[in-house]
Amino acid sequence: MPWYVDITARVGAMLIFLILTVLALVWLERKFAGRIQMRLGPMRTGYQGLLQSLADAVKLLLKEDLRPANADRWAFQMAPFVVFVPIFLIFVTIPFSRELVIRNLDMGLFYIIAVSGLSIVGIVMAGWGSDNKYALLGAVRSAAQMISYELPLVLALLGIAMQASSLNLVTIVEQQRFLPNLFMQPLGFTLFMVAALAELHRSPFDIPVAESEVVGGPFIEYSGIRWGIFYLSEYVNLVAVAALASLVFLGGWEWPLLPPAAWFLVKTFALIMVIMWVRATLPRLRIDQLMDFAWKILLPLAFVNIFIVGLYRLYQWPTWTVSLISLAMAIVAAATVYHFPGGERR
Amino acid sequence: MQRQLDTVDMTLNMGPQHPSTHGVFRMVLTVDGERIVAVEPYIGYLHRGIEKLSETLNYRQVITLMDRADYLANFNNELTYVMAVEKLMRIEVPERAEYIRVILCELNRIASHLMFYGAMGSDAGVFGTAFMYAFQAREKIVAAFESVSGARMMHNFFRVGGVRDDLPRDFGPIMARLIPQLRQSIEDCHNLLGHNEVFIARSKGIGTIGPQEAIDYGLSGPALRACGVAEDLRRSDPYSIYPKLDFRIPVGKDGDCYDRYLLRVEEMRQSLYMVEQALEIIPPGPVMAQVPKVLKPPPGEVYVRTENPRGDLGIYLVSQGGDKPYRVKVRAPSFCNLMALEHLLRDCYIADCVMVLGSLDIVLGEVDR
Repeated sequence: MPWYVDITARVGAMLIFLILTVLALVWLERKFAGRIQMRLGPMRTGYQGLLQSLADAVKLLLKEDLRPANADRWAFQMAPFVVFVPIFLIFVTIPFSRELVIRNLDMGLFYIIAVSGLSIVGIVMAGWGSDNKYALLGAVRSAAQMISYELPLVLALLGIAMQASSLNLVTIVEQQRFLPNLFMQPLGFTLFMVAALAELHRSPFDIPVAESEVVGGPFIEYSGIRWGIFYLSEYVNLVAVAALASLVFLGGWEWPLLPPAAWFLVKTFALIMVIMWVRATLPRLRIDQLMDFAWKILLPLAFVNIFIVGLYRLYQWPTWTVSLISLAMAIVAAATVYHFPGGERR
Repeated sequence: MQRQLDTVDMTLNMGPQHPSTHGVFRMVLTVDGERIVAVEPYIGYLHRGIEKLSETLNYRQVITLMDRADYLANFNNELTYVMAVEKLMRIEVPERAEYIRVILCELNRIASHLMFYGAMGSDAGVFGTAFMYAFQAREKIVAAFESVSGARMMHNFFRVGGVRDDLPRDFGPIMARLIPQLRQSIEDCHNLLGHNEVFIARSKGIGTIGPQEAIDYGLSGPALRACGVAEDLRRSDPYSIYPKLDFRIPVGKDGDCYDRYLLRVEEMRQSLYMVEQALEIIPPGPVMAQVPKVLKPPPGEVYVRTENPRGDLGIYLVSQGGDKPYRVKVRAPSFCNLMALEHLLRDCYIADCVMVLGSLDIVLGEVDR
C-alpha cells in the first residue's frame, strides 16, 4: 500500500470516529446533565433520544450561514477551521492501543502541546472578525485564559515526561503497566485536570463563552455549519484532553482482561463524564479570580510537582515516597483552594 | 521613562435582549477592560400602561391587571389592590378569607424566591441545575395554586371583600404533601449553591450597600433587610392576619449579594412556617363579605402597602365616586430597588453586574408596569 493511501485511510477513519464520538457525546452530555437536573433529557428522537444529535447536526447543516454586514470576512469565515484543524491534529499521535495510532511520534507529547496551543488563534479571529463587542470580550478573555492555563498544563505534563524519560506516548503508557501515573503523581493529575478544564472553556472556567455574561462569547454571531464546527471542535477537544489524561495518567490501554482499545475508551469516557458532572454542578469563576488562581496557585504547585519528580529522578527514591509527597501536596493544594477564593477580596 | 498606554473606555450595551437581564431591562455599561466605569439603566420595554388602563376598567376588572404587574407574585399584588379598595369602601373581610389570602400569598412568596434562586444560579453560571431544582419545587406550588384558583399564574382569585371560592376540599392533603416536599427542596437548593465555594466567591462582597444608603435610596424588602435593617411591613405595619402568626424577620449583615441570597432562603423557610401555622388555625366560615353588585367606593383616596416578595408594594387609589378608579398608582418595589443599581455596580466587573442585578430580583413587568 502506498504511504499516501495508508495515511488518508487512517486520517479518514479518525475523522469519522471523532464525528461519531462527538454525536454520541452530545447525546450523553444532554442525558447526563438531564439526569443530574432531575429531568429526562431528549426523549423524542429515536429510542431515548439517541438520534437527537444527528437531527441537530442535520439542522445545523441546513441552516443559513449568516455573516454580519460589518464582519471581517476572511477572519470570520476562516475562524472555525482555524480552531478545528489544530484540535484534530492532536489525534494524529494519540494511540488508542499499541498499534491503533495514525502516526506514533517520538516527540508525541511535545507535538500535542505545540499543536493545541494554536486553536486560540482561531478563537481570537472569531472574536475580532465578528465585529461584536461581546465576541471581542469573549475572545480577549479566552486568549488570556488559555495562555495562562497553558503553563500549568505543560508543566504538569513535564513531570510525566521527566518520569518516563520519554515524550513518546506509547512508551509513557507502557511504563505504567504496573502503576498508573495517577498514583505516582496525584498532584500532577489534579493540576492537569484543572488546567484542562480551563483550556476546554468548561465550567467552572467557561468565562470566555459565559452564557449569562457575554452570551456565547466569540461564537455569538455564528450560525449554521460554522457554528457547528465550533461546537464539534469543542467536543473533539474534550475527547482529546480526556484521551491525553487517560494515556499519561491512567495508563491508557495497559490493563488486563478487556481488549486494549476498549480500556482506553473506558478511561477516556470516565474522565469525560467527570468533566460533564463538574459542568452541571459548579458556578462560574470571575475573570480576575481565574487569573489569580492560575498564576498564584496552579503555577507554583506545578513547579513544586516538577521539583518532587526531579528529586525522585535524581536520587532514585522508591516510588511510594513520591506518591506520598505528591498526595500530601495535592491535599495541601485542595485545602488552599478551598480557602482561596472566599478569603481574598479586592 | 515609562510611557502611559492610552486606552479608551468601551460602551457595552447589555440588553434588552440579553439572557440575564431578567426580562427586557437594558443597561448601557461603560467598561474599562472588564471593569465597569459607569452604568446607565434604561427601562420601559415592557410598559403596558397598567396604571392608565386601570382607569378605564371597573374595580373588579383591575384585579386582572394587578396579576400582570409582578407576574411572579400574582397573589401578593392582588392582595394589595383589593386591600386598597376594601379600605376605601370600609369592607370587613371574613376571617377565613384573610387566612386563605395569607396562605396563598406566603406560598407565592416561596415560589417567587425560588424563581430568584434559579435565576441567580444561572447568573452565577450553573449550567441549568440550580434553575431546574428551583423550578421543580416551584412547579409543585404552582400546581397547588391551580387546584385553588384554576390558573397557574394569572389567578384573578382575590375579590374585594374576600376570595372567589373557598379552598378545594382536598387542599389539606395537598398541603400535607407539599410542605415537607418544599422544605426538602429549599434545603436541597441551598445546599447546591449556598455552600458552594465558587458561588460564595462570586457573591460575597459584591454589590455592597450600607444600611443608611439603602434607606436613602428607598430600598425595601430583602434588599433592605440584607443590609441589617429589620424592616418588614408584616411586622412594622401589620395587616391581615400577620399579627396572629409567629415568624422571624431575617436580617443580613453586609448587604452584599450573598446576604441577599441567604436572606431569601431564610424567608422561604419562614414563609413555609407561616403557611403551616395558618393552615392549623384557619377557621371555618364564609369567604366573601356582603358587597354590592357594582362596586362604587365613595370619593376619596387611600394608600395601602404590603410586603411583596420584592419589597414594599404600595397602591395609591383615588376614587371620584364612579365605578372606575380615578387613579391607581403602583409603587413598585422592583422599580425602587433598581434605583440603587448604579451605586451597587460601582467598581464591579462585568460578571458581577449580572450577579448584582440577579440579587436585586427585579421583575420587569413591575418595573415598567
